Formats: sequence, structure tokens, C-alpha cells
Amino acid sequence: MTSLRGAAYVVGVYEHPGRELPDRSVAQIHAEVARGALADAGLTTGDVDGYFCAGDAPGGPIAMADYLGIAARHCDSTDYGGSAYVALVSHAAQAIAAGKCSVALITMGGRPRSGRRRPPAQDNPAYPFEETYGHSNPASYALAAQRHMFEFGTTSEQLAEVKVAASTHAQHNPDALLRKVVTVEEVVGSRLIADPLHLLDCCVITDGGGAAVVVSPEVALRLGRRGAKLLGAGEAVKHTGRSPIDLTYTGAVWSGPRAFEEAGVTPADVDYASIYDSFTITVVMSLEDLGFCEKGQGGRFVLEGALQAPHGRLPYNTDGGSLCNNHPGNRGGMTRLIEAVRQLRGEAHPAVQVPGVDIALVHGTGGWVGTRMGSATLILGQEDA
Amino acid sequence: MTLDDTPLPTPEVGFDVDTEPYWRGAGEGRLVLPRCDECGTYVWIPRPYCPLDLSPTRWVEVSGRGSVYSHSTVHRGERLYAKRAPFVLAYVELDEGPRIMTNIVGCPPDAVTIGMPVRVVFDAVEETMGIAIPRFTPA
Repeated sequence: MTSLRGAAYVVGVYEHPGRELPDRSVAQIHAEVARGALADAGLTTGDVDGYFCAGDAPGGPIAMADYLGIAARHCDSTDYGGSAYVALVSHAAQAIAAGKCSVALITMGGRPRSGRRRPPAQDNPAYPFEETYGHSNPASYALAAQRHMFEFGTTSEQLAEVKVAASTHAQHNPDALLRKVVTVEEVVGSRLIADPLHLLDCCVITDGGGAAVVVSPEVALRLGRRGAKLLGAGEAVKHTGRSPIDLTYTGAVWSGPRAFEEAGVTPADVDYASIYDSFTITVVMSLEDLGFCEKGQGGRFVLEGALQAPHGRLPYNTDGGSLCNNHPGNRGGMTRLIEAVRQLRGEAHPAVQVPGVDIALVHGTGGWVGTRMGSATLILGQEDA
Repeated sequence: MTLDDTPLPTPEVGFDVDTEPYWRGAGEGRLVLPRCDECGTYVWIPRPYCPLDLSPTRWVEVSGRGSVYSHSTVHRGERLYAKRAPFVLAYVELDEGPRIMTNIVGCPPDAVTIGMPVRVVFDAVEETMGIAIPRFTPA
């Protein structure tokens, strides 16, 4: 079986600086971030032969390849929700390894802040069995948080530490929607959205987007720009088809080990982690499921500034994450990828740049932890990692 | 927190040929689930083929009794529930095994606890004759 270790490099990334974009179309946002990521890589649309997008792309991959002017000989639009872009890096690497393309562009964009929020898909066979009862994003993650607290003694104060760390990072990010440093007391004192999750346990809602360029080792060698080497990738769908729902874990229990095994590294080797933080509980559960601590110990793991850059045990989401910086299109996987590449390049904000990042992890949780989800994990590294 | 006696929404349910018996059963005051002809597993979400072996399923009545597996008092409802919060969203583990999403009604939200025994009640959907929404209340 072919390993993806070293099969591809992320050589260009771009995060849209806008957080509220009432005067732009979603397609235009895709074009802006495509332009930014290609410029970062030192490439043009004429170089691109693979195009990758997810459910936010207006009209899907054919329409967007047309709109962006990409002569694609390979497309993929796997939609795992917010984690899709993490998985699409792996899919791009697979296509590159198979010779189906050599320069892959991944774009995402959305306008849930100034425009309409997408309602859940009504043709999902589960829709009437959940929508009828008031299932929503915060309520879904709240059900998991409640059960986590019951089984493991996790507390609201522990969850709050996840937000506190994000806010200490966001203060250095001029583009972040929320730059104010908050305390544990402020998080647990904010109003309840879905018990036990408070307002400050929830990610922001922003317009915007991001893009990444993934290329073959041969193309990467020709470019002057330092890239992030793909070391390993894993993905998983967790659902309730084969057993009653267990709210205590996420699909990371499968996607994580697959990625670590391919990369040949362990959680102890990770210098920086980008972890999709739709809610504070998402991070706590992901840390456990990825193997950074024992199951049930995530609430204790995040104490004492463990997640805070540059010197915490596991600095995470140094841009402020979805909790403070940006959650374009209600899909956070792309921005998690972008910050990990910045860290590997040494291009994060100096106040939060982790010294000597050799290995970075990117993890996305798409869909709903309270029903069904798509998880995707990447391990990225320096050239000699 | 005080008991909100306002009924929860009883929207028209978007059932189809696969799931109509579930909602019609509720309309008759019975909780029915599909059960696999081959392996005997109760299937959730309802569907005509068992996800364990893709054998056909058959509708059977279940006890309507179970316990709370998890719950959340939702203070900011969305869409159907935008104007009806707080309400309790929950998973109930039925005595027959499946864990199903539902609401807990008939008690103050802060009285709901994990493990609490519950039984099914049925809220009729006025717009559709013969259809009801199963919810759960302390047993």
C-alpha cells in the first residue's frame, strides 16, 4: 500500500482577512482566496490541474472550476462539513501520488454572518427525527458535553480554559473577530446557549474563507517558498448506524491513529496542534481521542495554560481559532490548516510562534458530535521531519 | 427554573414512505420501531433495511420506556424553536436498546438528570390527521 508520507507539500495558503463581507458573493470569496493562496505559492491558475472544494462551493466543482478558470484534470468535492478541507489535503495528495494532478487548489468561502445561514439538509433521512425536537449545532455539542461531565467529571471551568487560551492568542491577531482576552470567570458567567455550553464556549460566526495549494514534491522543489510536508493523514465517519450513539468520543479515535501511523510519529512528537474548535468541548474530546491524554482526562489536560503559546505543553490554534478569530462559512477546517502551515514556516505572529516546530497536527470535526460526523487528521512537518 | 406550560412545537413532520409508520404509530398512541428480520436488532434512525446486515426490517411496538442518556436545556432555540426556549433536548435510551433524540416534557428543565426513568407521551400534529410526535416525561 502506498504511503502518503512525503507525497505532497502544502506550498500556499491564504486566509481571507474579512470577517463581515456583505458586498461580496460567495463565488467572489472563493476567487479572492484562490488568488491569495496561489500568489503565496508563487503559482498562477494556469499551473493548477486539480481542483478541490466542499459543500460551500457555489454550484459545486464544475461551476467553480469554470468560475476560477481552472483546467482541472482531477476534482474532488468530498463534503465532511467543516473538516472537509483537512480531508481534501489528503485527497489531493492521493491524486498527486497517483499522477492524476500535480498542482491542487482547495478553496472555501461563506457568508453566514452577513448573509443567510444554511439550514440543515432536509433530504437527510434523519432530518425529521432531529429537527422536530430542536436539534441545533450548540445543542448537539451540549448533549456531548453533558455526558462528558457525567462520565468523567469534566467541569465548565475546564472547558472555559480552552476559550481562555484561544483569546490569549487572538489578542495578537489584527484580523480576529474577538481580540479581548477573557477569563474563566467571564466564560462561565456568559449566558447559557445550550446547557452546559455558554455563549463563550461557542465559536464565532463570520464571513470569509481560505485556500490552500498542495503540490507534488517535484513542483515543491521548483518553488522558492517553504512548504509544509505531508507526513500522514487519516479520516473517519462516525455515525449511529451500527450501534447506539456514544456521545463520549469523536471520529478522531480512528482518524488520529491512522494519521500518526502513516506519519511514523506519536502525539508526544507534536509541537503545535490546530484543532477544530467549534465549541470548547470539541477540543477537549479531540485531545483525548487523538491520544494527547487518556479518555476522560481532557478537562484536566487543558489546565495551567497547557494550550497556550508559545510555552504551553501543547500550543494550539495560535490565530485564535474558531472560538475567537474566524469561522468562515461555519466551516473551520481550512483556517485550522492555514495556521498550522504558518507555524511550520515560522510565520505565525511572533508572540505566539512556537519555537522550532518540526511536527504540526491539524484536526477537523465536521458535522455534529451529537449525531454523525466526519473527522479528518493531518500530520505535517518540516522537510527533514 | 419554572415549568413552561407552553406546548412545544408540533410541526408538520417531513415523513416519507420509509418512515410514515413511525409517525402514524405515534398518532395511534404506540411507539413503533423497525426491527431486523435477520438479526433482531432494533434500528434507529428508522429505515426499511437493517444497517448491520441490510436485511429487511419489520415494524414492532416497543415499551415506550427508557432512561435519559444525555440532555441539554436549550436557551437559544433555532428555526422551529426560535421562539420556544428554554426547552429540553435529550437522548433517551429505550429499554429495547436504541438511543433516540427527543424532548423531555412535563417537568422543570432543571429536574432532568442523566439516568432518570422516562416514558413516552404523544403530541398530536394538528395539521396532519393521525400523526403525533413522541416525546418523553418522567416515569
